Amino acid sequence: MIKNLKPHTKQNIITFLGLAVVWIVVTVLRSQGALGRSTLGLLVPICCYVVMAISLNLTVGIMGELSLGHAGFMGIGAFTGIVVSQSLMRVTSSVPLRLLAAMLVGALFAGIFGFLIGIPVLRLRGDYLAIVTLAFGEIIKELITCLLVGVDENGLHMIFNYKGLKNVEDLNLSEAGQVIIKGAQGATGTQTIATFNAGMLLIFVTLFIILHTIYSRTGRAIMAIRDNRIAAESVGIDITKHKMIAFVMSAAMAGSAGALYGLNYSNLVAAKFDFNTSILVLVFVVLGGLGNMRGSIIAAVLLYVLPEALRGMHDYRMLIYAVILIVVMLTTNSPAAKNFFGRFRFGKKGGAEE
Amino acid sequence: MKKAMSLMLALAMVLALAACGGSTGGTSGGTQPAAPSTGTQTSTGTQSSSGGSEGSASGAFKFGGSGPLTGDAAIYGKAAMNGAQIAVDEINAKGGIQIEFNPQDDEADGEKAVNAYNNLMDWGMQVMVGPVTTGSAIAASAVAYNDRTFCLTPSASSTDVTANKDNMYQLCFTDPNQGTGSADYIAENMPGHKIAVIYRNDDAYSQGIRDTFVKEAAAKGLTVVYEGTFTKDTQTDFSVQLGKAQSEGADLLFLPIYYQPASVILAQAKSMNYAPIFFGVDGMDGILTMEGFDTSLAEGVMLLTPFAADAGDDLTKNFVAEYQKRFNETPNQFAADGYDVVYVLYNALTESGCTPDMSAKDICEKLIAQIQKTSYNGLTGQDMTWSANGEVSKMPTAVVIQNGVYVSA
Repeated sequence: MIKNLKPHTKQNIITFLGLAVVWIVVTVLRSQGALGRSTLGLLVPICCYVVMAISLNLTVGIMGELSLGHAGFMGIGAFTGIVVSQSLMRVTSSVPLRLLAAMLVGALFAGIFGFLIGIPVLRLRGDYLAIVTLAFGEIIKELITCLLVGVDENGLHMIFNYKGLKNVEDLNLSEAGQVIIKGAQGATGTQTIATFNAGMLLIFVTLFIILHTIYSRTGRAIMAIRDNRIAAESVGIDITKHKMIAFVMSAAMAGSAGALYGLNYSNLVAAKFDFNTSILVLVFVVLGGLGNMRGSIIAAVLLYVLPEALRGMHDYRMLIYAVILIVVMLTTNSPAAKNFFGRFRFGKKGGAEE
Repeated sequence: MKKAMSLMLALAMVLALAACGGSTGGTSGGTQPAAPSTGTQTSTGTQSSSGGSEGSASGAFKFGGSGPLTGDAAIYGKAAMNGAQIAVDEINAKGGIQIEFNPQDDEADGEKAVNAYNNLMDWGMQVMVGPVTTGSAIAASAVAYNDRTFCLTPSASSTDVTANKDNMYQLCFTDPNQGTGSADYIAENMPGHKIAVIYRNDDAYSQGIRDTFVKEAAAKGLTVVYEGTFTKDTQTDFSVQLGKAQSEGADLLFLPIYYQPASVILAQAKSMNYAPIFFGVDGMDGILTMEGFDTSLAEGVMLLTPFAADAGDDLTKNFVAEYQKRFNETPNQFAADGYDVVYVLYNALTESGCTPDMSAKDICEKLIAQIQKTSYNGLTGQDMTWSANGEVSKMPTAVVIQNGVYVSA
């Protein structure tokens, strides 16, 4: 029966199985107490960055447009997620419910922003699109920096502090009120409710949606636009619509990853979601392989764990990290390495597949 | 073919995760019971190791440090950790209670600070020196609160750091204290100036001080003629803000900002022949040791800091001499803060009768009770005492930079 499956379906099943195995292994190790504190602490951010990487891969790898503002969508998701979670604390005590609501609303808001930004941005191509997404990412960050949000029994209070002259007292919160976002000082005192299981679930859902889309009619249309825009247009594919679908999906998934990320730290500032974070995720995608979801997942995990695993090197930590990045990029692309891996493949499987 | 590759990589992934925990597995057992997430003590494997590592075998307290050792704010983290290291070495040289000190890099980023904290807990940290910067401290202290690990931060100055956390204490002034302190000092010593404020509005520290400064300035009848803002991305050019301040006739420029943007402001103000009185807070500290900075630009800059390296007392003299010998530079306030933190912790540990074989949790409860009774004379102030909310009470002093060194104003 397995033989009758399409090759890509087989590959996707392997990816999901691999993820499930990792999930089970980590859960078992965790229940045995075999994982150290540092590993446990890395689990949730790893899940967030994996979702960030696969969602960006949809834009960069599948749609073929370079987006440099992905962290902005993560930021939107993070802060809306925090607001939702903190506000719901007054209504329900169920943590999974709050987490789910936060991720859904985070995805919704990021998706809406993705749509609004997509209207002008997707008219552009190549470098121009990259530059404008970069600018929008920065704009989102600056806007969040201006936000003052608090909640009390009368509901949400919000000020857009664009001149920087107001502070939390202008929110007029009642005695029982709580400030959620303090502008530049970010969201403090967030109840950290993100869990590894929620993160893994999010990876499964996003990966399923993305893979499903890629092999659907829509996905084929998106890839056709990537490969030859004019040919795609000539056979009647609606370019703007399909690009928008990919872009909004990518933004919404980044939003839900952001919500999970935001709820993992009791302090979060908008400055976290800057250009560097966008580039970090882009590095995951590029090193993992454009359009290769499994590669993105593996690259995100390895590259996120690497700087932490190198803590023993003290001052040379980031230096070694950079050197490893360069070495990986050079070797995976060099003919000698490809040759080596090619031989390994033949030896193993005798070229039976593909 | 791809199958084999994917399996290998998946394995590598698991191994990478396991290696991360495995390398430190031996000591992690000791601190695990404190963590609610792994609270099940059912496994026999870790049980045996936890018995041995509950206290470190060498009979030394394990102090963990966390601060930015790389990146923008590295001067603060390095100085604080260097200062702490000197204090640790002095204590160890005395004999008696020994201390192991392990400083970790948190890049002044909340996410990395939590990672660094977890790494230290794996190592077996009993007491924490840090985190040095505000954002990191808020993020890490929330985790430390759940674990019941005692933290004394040298320099994280926001009130959010200590809010609702009984295990978190500060050695530095809080942001509100710095803001009101600066306004009070200006009102008392140089009233009648027209004040301009330039601050970074995407930074908790800067915005926090600005808020309280402006409030107190209004209460004291000072005139603030201009407020300019900048962000992390626009901290390389201040010609607009400076031009505006100059045209508004400001003759005192209050800069509640870190030293890198301050150095740009000083240079640009000089090039446009604008020479107001520059007044900074503790973030300005470090400007003299900044690489490539022309210290003549900082002549006459005033700043509010609890530590002046030219002070005449023996404690300061010895510390400055030792610091210069080791690191070849004059220590700033952060170094002094780091030094004091270790001594405050050391005194509190000995006075409360803590021993190195106690768990971080037990030490935490003892130190919380002890530190509120403690009064400490150190480099950064006399008769420091702590209130239950974690804030320190000590006197700020203003210094002025003359011939490249701090002189008490």
